Parts: sequence; structure tokens; C-alpha cells
Amino acid sequence: MTEAAQSRMLKPIREVGIAGYGAYVPRFRLPASEVARIWKGADGGQPIKEKAVPGLDEDVITMSIEAARNALARAQIDPSEIRAVWVGSESHPYSVKPTSTVVAEALGATPHTQAADWEFACKAGTEAMQAAIGFVGSGMARYALSIGMDTAQGRPGDALEYTAGAGGAALLLGPGEESLVVIEASYSYATDTPDFWRRADAKYPEHGERFTGEPAYFKHITAAAEGLMEGLGTTAADYAYAVFHQPNTKFPMRVAKQLGFKNEQVEPGLLVPLIGNTYAGSAMIGLTAILDIAQPGDRILLVSYGSGAGSDAFSMHATDLLPKRRTLATSTADYISRRTEIDYATYARFRGKLVTK
Amino acid sequence: MSEDNRVNSNDVWIVGVGLTPVGEHWEKSLREIALEAIAAALAEAPGLSPQALYVANTLAPALSGQSQLGSLLADFAGLRGVEAMTIEAAGASGGAALRQAYLALKAGAFDVALVVGLEKVTDQAGPALQAALATATDADYEAVQGITPTAQAALIMRRYLHESGAPADALAGFSLVAHANAVGNPYAMFRRAIKPEDYSRAGMVSEPVNMYDAAPVADGAAALILARSSALPPAGPLPAVRVAGSSLAIAAVALHDRRDPLVLEAANHSANQAYRQAGVTADDIDVFELHDPFSIYAALSLEAAGFASRGQGWRLAQDGEITRQGRIPVTTLGGSKARGDTGGATGVYQVAEVTLQLQGRAGPSQVEGARIGMAQCLGGSGGTAATHILVRVDPA
Repeated sequence: MTEAAQSRMLKPIREVGIAGYGAYVPRFRLPASEVARIWKGADGGQPIKEKAVPGLDEDVITMSIEAARNALARAQIDPSEIRAVWVGSESHPYSVKPTSTVVAEALGATPHTQAADWEFACKAGTEAMQAAIGFVGSGMARYALSIGMDTAQGRPGDALEYTAGAGGAALLLGPGEESLVVIEASYSYATDTPDFWRRADAKYPEHGERFTGEPAYFKHITAAAEGLMEGLGTTAADYAYAVFHQPNTKFPMRVAKQLGFKNEQVEPGLLVPLIGNTYAGSAMIGLTAILDIAQPGDRILLVSYGSGAGSDAFSMHATDLLPKRRTLATSTADYISRRTEIDYATYARFRGKLVTK
Repeated sequence: MSEDNRVNSNDVWIVGVGLTPVGEHWEKSLREIALEAIAAALAEAPGLSPQALYVANTLAPALSGQSQLGSLLADFAGLRGVEAMTIEAAGASGGAALRQAYLALKAGAFDVALVVGLEKVTDQAGPALQAALATATDADYEAVQGITPTAQAALIMRRYLHESGAPADALAGFSLVAHANAVGNPYAMFRRAIKPEDYSRAGMVSEPVNMYDAAPVADGAAALILARSSALPPAGPLPAVRVAGSSLAIAAVALHDRRDPLVLEAANHSANQAYRQAGVTADDIDVFELHDPFSIYAALSLEAAGFASRGQGWRLAQDGEITRQGRIPVTTLGGSKARGDTGGATGVYQVAEVTLQLQGRAGPSQVEGARIGMAQCLGGSGGTAATHILVRVDPA
């Protein structure tokens, strides 16, 4: 624990925690073998088993509302007490016009609230979470809602198409004393590293191939996790669970190993093999799967990664309230097992990949 | 200059080598990599001040948006006032730049020259890199059809296997030997031996070129300090290395314009000229750093340089003749396959590696008793070939 590392940690004036959490995963699943069948003409090694696909009537707004309603059900609060509704996504339905106002309206959080959309590639959701901690921790608000949700884009035939999934989570930040999980501290690490991007008018993102690995994902996650643990004086062994951003199965498992975590600490939150990379929702929905099983006192490390690039790291521990409240909404595992398999043609129709005019 | 056999004449000597590890250097710029190599080479030749700098590079304008590497690197290396320029001949740039330095020293224009081979490919990915690499083909007649160096190697390899009747894994030995030799090279990208089954199971890149037939395109820089006899420092503990042969030859850039697509005509002419100049034959060569961006070029290079007849080069990879203990050791520090393919810098890496071999500095990759070494690099599919023969000269 060094003074410099301590001084870089983010710690609010008053204790903040997660007062309610909720996940959402659409029911449709596209097996990675279907993508391989169409584009590679063969079965080969695939980065995941299958990914979640939104239905024709779903988007980041509807999915955010589902997840947020689950969070509110667990928090047992009056939505009119929420002072911020913040949605982080790479798939906001509109370029100009907030997702968050529609979500806030549907939740009953309007009109006495902040509402804004966040963008930082796959860490837009945890960026909103950091801000919500500040909002609550400073005393400006009692509750602030941060959502990470995506209907992820991947160019047909690109490596990303195997994994670009749909889903995410909503975390309601509130006072520590009424939280299911208390956040001990957080830390953010960002550099100008252009590993993955999508220009304003482009339908699909581009990426720098292997540049997305070592100098991007691994460097930032490792630096954020190590920076936070150094500031707190914790080690991998102090955590019951850890969840890292999950663009594929290999990366989070490898970075966990590099940081000294064992498979059993990571696997409960590793959802990418079954739902794909939910971009801004990825790390946060992994956390919800852990909150569905964690016991009071269990310590959890959450580290997101957003291309461009940066990572947010959070250290937290479960309170006695967690086991009592988690049954009040659908578990993440139940969303994952609610499954209807589709083929590539149906997927192409659902995702608007066919040119019809 | 008291040693009898370091003749005080017009000879050109290699008096310093500087290598940098080949790899994906995301965090380093073009100039940083080059300056590391220059500093390492200058450190081996204390007291010598280069009067000219020849930079071997192909891709910097396309991938790093930088031309004028001569003045850029001379400036940042603290060599303002020297003559400096880039020499470009695709994959043969390194040998071509060395030859320019050699000619300038031979002509007496300078006493000491610096050659730097430099390539930085990781600033761009995907189509931009492929398009830049394809500039080594004939743009109007080959690249316009969509061909890339990989596809071209696949066409040549398929025809080679067909005409020679060689089995599908005929070229595996080149990859196995390169990987085995790279294990002991601290500057190599892949320091890992591979097994025959790794080769036979490897995925196809462009059939029949598989992943282990294709060298990884990577970043790297290597530097050489050359001096005339008159500037040769007092003899140190290392044997001196003399450039005994230097030659560059050309053939048609486009494959379809060559008489025989399975004969590296430029490589053949270049090797023969270098042999004649050095007064040696293929039988005298102890180490041959050939150019293997794809394994098919290793087989064709052995044939062109007279180690095998047409269509028979692959056999040398079957029976151990190309290992460090064999008749003609090749890719002794990994070659492009395992050291890494540094494009226009390749020729400089090769000559630096031959120098290390002749001076007994190749560590675990040492070829015992190496006295005469040859390095040959190819531009594209063989439109240019530069060959250098180096001879070890022991103190009297």
C-alpha cells in the first residue's frame, strides 16, 4: 500500500453501495457455429459457445428498463427519489435524443432527475457507475442509477460477429447503510489507445486486430486492478470473486491468471461463453451473476475495459442485505437459461442485416 | 594495422553490429527502434564516426507517414552533417543499402559508413498493411488483380509441389529448422521449437501456404558499421570480418514476366557474381542466411545459389543438411520465419547474424567453425536479389 496509490484511489466522502441490481438478457441465442457455418464454411475453434440476440421489439431502451426494474425491485425504493438515470452504451437508438429520458420516464423517476447517456466503448456503464458513486457519495443525491446495456455491433463475417451479444445490467447506487454491497474504493485508468472504434456514421466498429490485446485490454485492466489493490493493500487472495470485461472467453481468463486470480474466483461471473460480449454491459452483468450467489462479507473485484482506452476498477463487499433482497427479481442465471436458439438467417432479419430498400 | 592478414588495402570490413528484438513493438516508434539499433552498433565501434548513413526501409511512407528516413535518423542519432538516404528494394532493401555503403567505401568517398535496416509495421493493421506489402508486386499487372505476397507465394508453392512431385509437407523442414535455431537467439520473435505435427496440423493461410510456411511480419531494426582498411580500429579480441563479395541483381518484378516462375533468376545471378568476386564456390559457404518470408523461397534460394538443382531444394530440408550441423546451415538464428520478417530490414539482420556466426558470437545458435558466410535477401517474389559474402580473418 503506497501513499501515491492511495492518493489516486477514488473514495467518496460518505459510504456508497449498490442498493439494488438487475440484469437483462434477451431470449434469442445464435450459436457461434452458425457464424462459422456461414462465413468459414466449417466448424472450427470458436471464441464462445453462443451469443444473446435481441428480438425485433427490443433495443437498449427496452432492455435498460427491464434491468432497471429488477434493480428497483431489489432496492425497494420509491423511484421518485432517484436523482440520476445514466445509461452507458454503444448502441443508443438515437445519435441525438437521450436513451436515459425514456428509461427514467418508464421507471417513474421523472421529472426531478438528471438524465444522460454515456459513451466510453465497453466501459460506458462503469463510467456512469463512477459518476453515480460521486453523486451519492457527495450527498448530492440519495440514489443514482447507472446502466450498462448494449445490442452490440459486429461487421458480418468479422471476428467480432461471433461474440457481439446483447444484454447488460442496472446498478442503483445508494447510501452504504442500505446497500446490498458496499463499495470500498474505485480507481480509473485511461490513456489514448485507439484499439477499437466506430465513427459517428458507421454501422459497424473497426479494430486494430492484435493491438486490441496486449497494449489495450491487458495493459489497462492490469494497471487498473493493480492500482486499486495497491491503494487498498489487498491481494487476489482477499477476493471471493473477480469479474473482468469479457470480449471473449480467453482474455478475462488470461488477465485473471496474470493478476493472480484462480479460475474458481472468475468463472461464476464469466458469462461471455453463453451470452457473448455485451460491450458496455459485459463487466456489469458479470457482477450481477456474482451478486446472485455471493455471501455476506464476500469481497468482489470488478474491472471493466473500454476501448480507446480505459478501465474502471471497483472493490466491494456483500452485506447481510444481499441474500434477503436478491430473490426479489429474476436471477441472471434464469435469464441465461431462458433460451430460444435461432439460425443465421433469423439473426440477420432480427438485426437488420438485410438490405430491404 | 600491424597484422599481416588485415591487408592495408581497399577492403571493406564490418566493425560493428547492432540488433534490436524483432516483435510487435506497439509502444515504440519508427525512430526509437532505429536509434536503439544505431546505438548498439556504434557501441561496438568506439572512436569511429560514420560519414554516411544508408537506411533500408520499404513501408515507412505507407504505414508511418514518414519519408526522408536518412536525415531523420542521422539527425536524431547525433550524426548531423553526414550524407544520408533511404534505399528501397522491397525485401531486398537491406542488402541493397549495404551494397551502397560498400560501394561508397570502395570508391574511397568515405572511410566509415552506417547501414540501418528498419521496418515498423504495427502502426497499421489489416487492409492497410496488406496493401503496403503488395507494393512489392507489379502494381499495374499484379497488385491490381488483388494479389498479395502471401497469395503469390501460394501460387509458386503449388506449382513447385506439382512440378517436383514433392509431398505436401516437403517444406516443413525449413520451418522446423528456423524455429529450432531461434530458440537461442535473444532477438528472435518466436523462440520456440515446433514439432512436425505442429506443421502438419497448422491452419492454411493461403493454400498450400500454412501458418508455419508464412513468416510473421514484425517490427525491428538492425545496424552495421562498415569501415575501410584505413579506418580499421586496432585488432580487438574478436576476429575481423571482411566483405568479400557484394552483388545485386534484378529480374522482372512480375512473376508472369519471368522465363521460369520456379527459378529465382536474380538470386542466381547475384549469388554467382558474389562467388566470383569472393573467389569461392557454394561448397565453401559455411553459413547461408537465405530469405524465407515463405518457406517456398527457402527452397528456391538454395536452388538459385547452387546448393541444389531445379526442383530439388526441398530435399535439403528432408535429411538434416540445412541444420547447424548439416552441409549448408540456413536461417541459423531463426530466419524470417522465427526471428520475424522485418521486410526491408531483413538483409541487415541477415548480415549482422552472419557476422555473429563468423565471430563466434551466435551463442546457442553457433555454427561451429564458420569461416565463410553468405547472406541473400529477395525483393518481392525475387525481382531483386542482393547477396553478400563475408569472410572471417583471424589476427596473425
